[in-house]
Amino acid sequence: MSVFSRLYISLSLLLVTMMAGHMVMAQAPSRIVTVGGSVTEIVYALGQQNRLVARDTTSSYPDQVMELPDIGYARALSPEGVLSVAPDLIIAVEGAGPVETIDVLKSAQVGYVSVPEIYSADGIVTKILIIGAALDQGQAAKALAQKVADELSEAQTAATLAAGGHPKKVLFILSTKGGRIMAGGRNSAADGIIRMAGGVNAITAFDGYKPMTDEAVTIAAPDVILMMDRGGDHDAATKDLLMMPALIPTPAAQNGKVVRMNGLHLLGFGPRTASAITELSHALYGETR
Amino acid sequence: MSLAVDTPSAHAPTIDRRVQARRLTVALSLLLAVTSVFSLAWGASGTSLWGALSDLAAGRELSRLDRIVLFDIRLPRLCLGILVGASLAVSGAVMQGLFRNPLADPGIVGVSAGAGLAAITAIVLGAMLPPAIRELTGNYLVPVSAFFGSWGSTLILYRVATRHGQTSVATMLLAGIALGALAGALSGILVYMADDSQLRDLTFWGMGSLAGATWAKVMAATPIILAALAVTPFLARGLNGLALGEAAASHIGISVQLIKNTSILTVAAATGAAVAVSGGIGFIGIVVPHLLRLATGPDHHSLLPNAALLGATLLLAADMISRVIIAPAELPIGIVTAVLGAPVFLWILLKRRGALGL
Repeated sequence: MSVFSRLYISLSLLLVTMMAGHMVMAQAPSRIVTVGGSVTEIVYALGQQNRLVARDTTSSYPDQVMELPDIGYARALSPEGVLSVAPDLIIAVEGAGPVETIDVLKSAQVGYVSVPEIYSADGIVTKILIIGAALDQGQAAKALAQKVADELSEAQTAATLAAGGHPKKVLFILSTKGGRIMAGGRNSAADGIIRMAGGVNAITAFDGYKPMTDEAVTIAAPDVILMMDRGGDHDAATKDLLMMPALIPTPAAQNGKVVRMNGLHLLGFGPRTASAITELSHALYGETR
Repeated sequence: MSLAVDTPSAHAPTIDRRVQARRLTVALSLLLAVTSVFSLAWGASGTSLWGALSDLAAGRELSRLDRIVLFDIRLPRLCLGILVGASLAVSGAVMQGLFRNPLADPGIVGVSAGAGLAAITAIVLGAMLPPAIRELTGNYLVPVSAFFGSWGSTLILYRVATRHGQTSVATMLLAGIALGALAGALSGILVYMADDSQLRDLTFWGMGSLAGATWAKVMAATPIILAALAVTPFLARGLNGLALGEAAASHIGISVQLIKNTSILTVAAATGAAVAVSGGIGFIGIVVPHLLRLATGPDHHSLLPNAALLGATLLLAADMISRVIIAPAELPIGIVTAVLGAPVFLWILLKRRGALGL
């Protein structure tokens, strides 16, 4: 672990402790609702899952979490639905809402902690520290943050090594609905994970996820196509995908390089991101050893 | 197209039908009252209306949670449901009368398109506003924009369709289609610009919901919708006359232009306010008036008040389904009204095929 990331962790920790100092909590919250797949994963990684009473739709890992009641999509929460599970703390990713629901929850004296979403190793460390502070598990969070930061920097170093100065151009395709390719541009989770895994995002023309014209896809000339694993018959789906006119001339289609990974694992930016980096790096460059 | 369906001359409202309609009004009022009570009593949380009432009767203090669930979640939601349901159904009935077209609904006068475009603009471009303005508008940017969007587009259409003080209903219908297409295209550009989370917001806005009901929204919508509903009884005679055709209506002493002006402004206000606070909720405006015409005939004297009652009742019922069916999550109410409304509409068409000349 580099001196720099140690410094970063201690600074973040200081910040989080100061923030946590402002939270008035009579006792440690015991009925917690998590909103956001990575938030839920971090609660599990901290071993605090017995305090969870509900989750949102995007929280699907680990499998046991599916047994908890689902309060709906993170940006369309219903106030009474959330209150019905009698939570005393809600830990939610940035952007959960709507604002009216959050206001009602706050007026009902339910604690509310918002977790920022930053697509980098430091972003994951920050998430862990904030969630740890909210759970009153500062020490455990610090240890987890250090472990995750170590794993991440190790995975990133290995991935950079595997790329060997010839990073591959990766095109992340979110969907191909109606024959239009929806691709991941800058400042998206896909962009973050591609860079961390020693690749280069083939798309730099826009932010977030946008539909692309066929010609722009062809010009982007990706070496590899990255997609989320949605279950079903992959071979057939891959064949159909590579038959798309926009993709046929690309190196990715010519070499049949399509990588599919579980969406939450790939884009979640949680405790498992190091393993996602390694998996993606292996898929891009092959296993080095 | 035979527009003059169900004219009073074709089926003169007999005494029998009037009595029937009045009985229906009483029955619908009772139904609305019962539905309202259930709407207060039913929800995802364990809060029980009966428990709270007996606590209050015994002079006990309500728990904080019960108070919030009953008074800050369910009660504003109930009020908003009644207001929105009534205004959607009445607006539909008025539009169908005005355009003498059984398929007309507030969407026809560009209300939906204008409101939709303005809401999308607010969702996508709102983030670019200077912080000082965002602070000022807060959560109300989207509803306020939707309201002004519906008004703006209605006024444009009205302007296009009015010549020499005469409003051509046919021109307005066609211009509504053109404006709808334009608003759709502009919305498309904004959808393209939107980021991921904004896209999800747009989708959810389009499906409508009463989940964001707050007293502030109720307070904002109440005066507009109540004023619009209060005007409609005065439209009944004129709309009945219009069913005979504009010429015939003015012959029997109806001020056709006044009826048109009032109807259009009323609908723009009521629907604009309803769409602003609840997003896009479909089918209430078209199913409710048709059901009532099927039951008690086309007389607007009974149709308009009954539509308000039935619209409110149906929206409350749909809202109860939307909040308990996948609790603790919630189904957008527009999905519920469409799933329930579309088959009912088909059934009405089957029953009335002959009368509609289809």
